[in-house]
Order: sequence, then C-alpha cells, then structure tokens
Amino acid sequence: MATPANNVETLATQEYKYGFVTEIEQETIPRGLNENVVRLISAKKNEPEWLLEWRLKSYRHWLTMEEPKWANVKFDPIDYQAAYYYAAPKSKANRPKSLDEVDPELLKTYEKLGIPLQEQELLSGVAVDAVFDSVSVATTFKEKLAKLGIIFCSFSEAVQEHPELVRKWLGSVVPYTDNFFATLNSAVFSDGSFAYIPKGVRCPMELSTYFRINAKETGQFERTLIVAEEGAYVSYLEGCTAPMRDENQLHAAVVELVALDNATIKYSTVQNWYPGDKEGKGGIYNFVTKRGKCQGVNSKISWTQVETGSAITWKYPGCILQGDNSVGEFYSVAVTNNYQQADTGTKMIHVGKNTRSTIVSKGISAGHGQNSYRGMVKILKNATGARNYSQCDSLLMGDKCGAHTFPYLEVKNPTAQVEHEASTSKIGEDQIFYCRQRGLSTEDAIGMIVNGFCKEVFRELPMEFAVEAQKLLGISLEGSVG
Amino acid sequence: MLLEIKNLHANVGNTEILKGIDLKVGLGEVHAIMGPNGSGKSTLAQVLAGRDVYKVTEGEVLYGGKDLLELDPEFRAREGIFLAFQYPVEIPGVNNTYFLRAALNAARKHRGEEELDAMDFLTHIREKIKLLEMDETLMNRPVNEGFSGGEKKRNEILQMAVLEPKLAIMDETDSGLDIDALRIVASGVNSLRGKERSIIVVTHYQRLLNYIVPDFVHVLSNGRIVKSGSKELALELEEKGYSWLDETVPVSERA
Repeated sequence: MATPANNVETLATQEYKYGFVTEIEQETIPRGLNENVVRLISAKKNEPEWLLEWRLKSYRHWLTMEEPKWANVKFDPIDYQAAYYYAAPKSKANRPKSLDEVDPELLKTYEKLGIPLQEQELLSGVAVDAVFDSVSVATTFKEKLAKLGIIFCSFSEAVQEHPELVRKWLGSVVPYTDNFFATLNSAVFSDGSFAYIPKGVRCPMELSTYFRINAKETGQFERTLIVAEEGAYVSYLEGCTAPMRDENQLHAAVVELVALDNATIKYSTVQNWYPGDKEGKGGIYNFVTKRGKCQGVNSKISWTQVETGSAITWKYPGCILQGDNSVGEFYSVAVTNNYQQADTGTKMIHVGKNTRSTIVSKGISAGHGQNSYRGMVKILKNATGARNYSQCDSLLMGDKCGAHTFPYLEVKNPTAQVEHEASTSKIGEDQIFYCRQRGLSTEDAIGMIVNGFCKEVFRELPMEFAVEAQKLLGISLEGSVG
Repeated sequence: MLLEIKNLHANVGNTEILKGIDLKVGLGEVHAIMGPNGSGKSTLAQVLAGRDVYKVTEGEVLYGGKDLLELDPEFRAREGIFLAFQYPVEIPGVNNTYFLRAALNAARKHRGEEELDAMDFLTHIREKIKLLEMDETLMNRPVNEGFSGGEKKRNEILQMAVLEPKLAIMDETDSGLDIDALRIVASGVNSLRGKERSIIVVTHYQRLLNYIVPDFVHVLSNGRIVKSGSKELALELEEKGYSWLDETVPVSERA
C-alpha cells in the first residue's frame, strides 16, 4: 500500500497542465518604465489627450509610492525596470473582423485550454472578449448585444468608440492614487474589457473574458470597467490559465464596477495563473485591485472567486455600499499548494442606510502553501441598520501548510449588526478511509471532501463555471494528501 | 471458501492487538464474532478493510483465493468487501445520494459495468430506502452530518444494500441503537442474507444475534479466537459472561 508521503511526492511532481507557449511574433516596447514608455503606450493606442494626461498623472504619483509590505506574503524585490510594459500580437495592426481572420496559433491556444472560440460562440451562448496578452483579438456576439444597447468590447475600443463613458467612469471606483499596483496599472494599462448595460436592460447572456499571459517577461496590466445603469443586470465571468514560465511575471489588474439604482452586477472569477513549480520557482504574481461601487439605492454587487493559481495572490475584491439598501457579497475559494502564497479577502464599506454584506471565504492550504484571509468590514456613521455576516473557513491538508485569518472590523454606527464566524479543520484520515472503504480512490475522496467544503461558494457560480472550478480544484490539489 | 484468515497478527504502533487469528468464512455464511472490549474485534474488522494504522506483521488473508492484504482499501471495496463502521464518518457538504452513487459507480466501473446516472440511481435506491424505513430527506443531506446515531447506522446498512457486497463486515452495528432501530437494522441485514453473500457480525452483546441469527459464533479474547461454535455459544456466553472464557484459555496464555 502506498504511504501518504509517497503519494504526495508522486503526484506533486505532476506538471502544470496548461503549461505551453504559443509562438507568435510579439511587438514589444523596450524594457523598463519611464514617461516615454507611458507616452508610447498611449500613442500606440491612439488615445485622446485626456487619457494620456491621466496615465502621466498616475505615473508621476506612482514614483512617490512604495510597494506595500503589509501582506502576509514573501517575495524577492520586483525590478520594475526589467519588465516589458507592452506587448501585442502583431496581427493587431489589422484587427480581425471575424474569427476566420484570427491568427490560427491563437485559436489553437484556446483549444488546448478547452475553450475554442467557435464552439463557445455557437454552443454556449457566451459572448467572449478574449484578451491574448495585452490586446483583444476577438469579440463575439457584439451585434446581438448592441441591439439591446449593451456595449461589450475591449477597453481600447471603448476609448475610441465611447470616450465619454470611459472618461466619466474611469477611476471613479479605484482612483489613480489608490494603491501602488493600481496606480502602476493606471499609468501603463494595456487593454482589458469594457461593459456598459443601459438603463433597465437585463443582459441576456453571461459576459466572459479569458485572460492569458503569453509574452515572456511581460507585465500584464488589464483594466476592466463595468457600468450597470439604473435597473440593469449583468453577470460577468473572468477566467484564466497561463503557460509555464520560469521567471516570475507580474500581473497587476484593476477592475472597477459601478451599479446605479436597482442595478445588479455579478462578477465571477476562476483564476488559474501558473502557480510556480513544486519548489516554488516561477509563477505569476497576481496583485489585483477589484472594487465595486453600489452607487444607487437597492443596487447589488456580488463577487465570486475561485483562486487556484498564482505564486502569490494579493487581492481584495470589495464593495462600497453607498446607496441605501444596497447589497455587497463576496464568495471566495482560495487554494494554496506547494509554495503558493495567498493573501486575499474583501472590503465591505457600509456608507448608506440598511446596507447589507455577506462574506463567505473558504481557504484551502496544502503542501507548503500559506493562505491568509484578510477582510475589512467598515460601517460608517450614517449607515444606520447596516448588517454584515462573515464566515471564514480554513481547511488544512498535511502539516506543512498554514492558514491565517485577519479580520478588521470598524463599526461607527451603534445600530449595526456584525457577525463573524471562523473555523479551521483538517481533512481527516478517517474521512478518507471511509471514502476508500466505499470504493473511491484517495484522489476522488479528497476532491469530494474539498468540493463539499467549498459548496457554498460553488453554488454562487454560473453552472458551466462551477464545473470548471471543481475540475481546477481537483487539478490543483492532486496528491496533496496520501 | 470466500475468506480464509491464517495466523493473522497485527499491531498498532508497537502493541500487538491480533495475536494469530484463524478463521474461515464460506460463501453465504453468517459468522458472529463476539468478545469483551479490547479483545481485538474492531481491529480485525479494520484490518480486513485495509486501514493502514494497523500493521499486519504475520499471517495471511485469502479472499476468493487471492491475497487480500496486497490490495488497497478501495480495491477491496470494489471487489466486494464492505465494512459497516462502528462510528460512521461525517463528510460535510457532500450530498448523501451523490456519495453513494459515486461509490456504486466505482464498483460498477471496476466490474466493467455501465455507470448509473442520477435518475437510474434514484430508482435503484428508492426501494432500499423504504426497506430500511429511512427518512428520504436524509438522502439529500450531507453524508452523516447531523444524523442521529440510529440514522447513521441505518445509512450504513443502506449503503450495504446498495453496494451489494460479497463480504459484509458489521462492526458493532448494534451499539447505540434502541430496540426499534435495532429491529429495522436487523431486518435490513436479514433481507441481504443469501447464498452469494457472507456476513461477519462483530458484536459485544448477544442481543443483536436474536435478530440476525448466525451460522457460527466465534469468541475473541486477547487477540485470538478462543472458542467457536454454533449460535448456542452466544447464549451460553450471555449466561456465563466473558469471565467464563478465562477458564477456557490455557493457563500458560493467561495474563
């Protein structure tokens, strides 16, 4: 019979399933960062003057900032001058009008990932804005959405086609001064997605973006902006896998969501950036700023995330609950295996009256993984009747990993109700034996136990995404317990 | 012969628990293994199921003529060995029906049979749920989570009924059951008796054997089978108590 230790070793050596590199000619700006690079990025994208000014303002502000050190993660200093700040597939010069014009190499990449665009277009009814490196290569279902007045396109395109909307909302939730990584993003963001749902419109399909880092040593600076006007509804899916790399890659995205009166935005993420090898070499640094503003009354923003990848994750999708009766939700599964580190959680800022927030965080640590939940619930003075419920569960696999919880509560209104529950458990040998005695393999047993643990989060995901998330979790944890 | 245990020794850490068990179980037979606390009854059950906290140090176990000790627990299960746990384990968040279907399909796949989908499976188990007078809502709850003691034991027997093992080992299934639950569990087990299935009932008390009448009774004491006989042996034991056994153990072996 295999001993637990043997099992761990055999299976931990399994290679990252999505580790391959697509050979495509890259058009890059020289390494390093200075004002000229910022200008060059802006010029390449043919941006209006105000946007260049905004980038420059951000860049100058960034120079005055220091990399934050408070997160419970360890990494060698990042040399910001050694990275490339812009790379685009060359075919970008003549933007493809349809999938037929898309570089076949790119399409093959997606196929390997199991997300062929054509199939998605035809079968799943998901509109895909695929971001390959920094530039969108294909946008589908646009016409159908356009009939409803929904705008769903790459960020660059939005800048060209709808500058008034971009100008109005860009930086309205995450100001350019917000934090070191968000400010860097504001200076050098390359592309991303833009969605605008007009008043009273319910978006009839899930909007989806597949991100992918491909160019060697290319920092990724995605920028996503979603605006739901009064009474609008949208569900947005973000998912990603990254090819195998030896060198650490920085990913500093910004996502801004705005929900006006009675609007609802549901934002779901399955994140599977390359986590590094079993020794902790390589992997993506995922330093992301995600924030939603429930600006209108009765508005709702819901974040659901499944984080299995990245060497380091630093991410706190939050909600500013400004409108009265607005609702913020955060459902999260974060997995750390081998030498992965995650410091993730949420911020719920209650500003308006009777605002409600729910936080359900499930952390899974295996191998030498370190998993920290960091959550802030802030109830401001005027937030009469505000309520928060937080639940924070950790699951440990093996005895070399760690789980940490850092809840911050700041309550300035005496009528507020705040509840926090936390638990830590270990996958028991008795649970695994019970499953095996019923004929299930150890792997299946672990998969089942872990999925059971994450159930409350998975059920918040759209169906097809939930299936993908469960699979990912299985892959990420293979061989973690013998 | 379905099961043949020869001179089986097993340890936990450095402590020897089983000190040379010999036992033969033929197909279709029901054997009761009785004995005082600490005699090694549960250890024997767990060793047969393949729990690796117990180390077999000597002896062999043949199952259908094949070396059982070579097999990992899940393969023993798929080959038809079922252990009804004394303390069934809770698995939070995992749906009871889903779990049982996964277990059945693992065995079916192993046998080269087609796996059952959710609908077929429901049809398959409905009858068995009725037989065990189980509350059907338990099937939609997480495995054993929040179940009463009696519900957990009934759930074990339901699993046994669905998995249709060749060899069922029931580890103190009667413990913690009131008389009604005992009757239901026993009738469930009795309905599973048959030519193609052998059952080992591990119990401390004779009580269960009024309901599940064994073909053979073995008395385990201090890691060895010290007496074997027909069902009357259980009654004799009930009457005289386990201390009677001490007199049956050779003087040289007494503690």
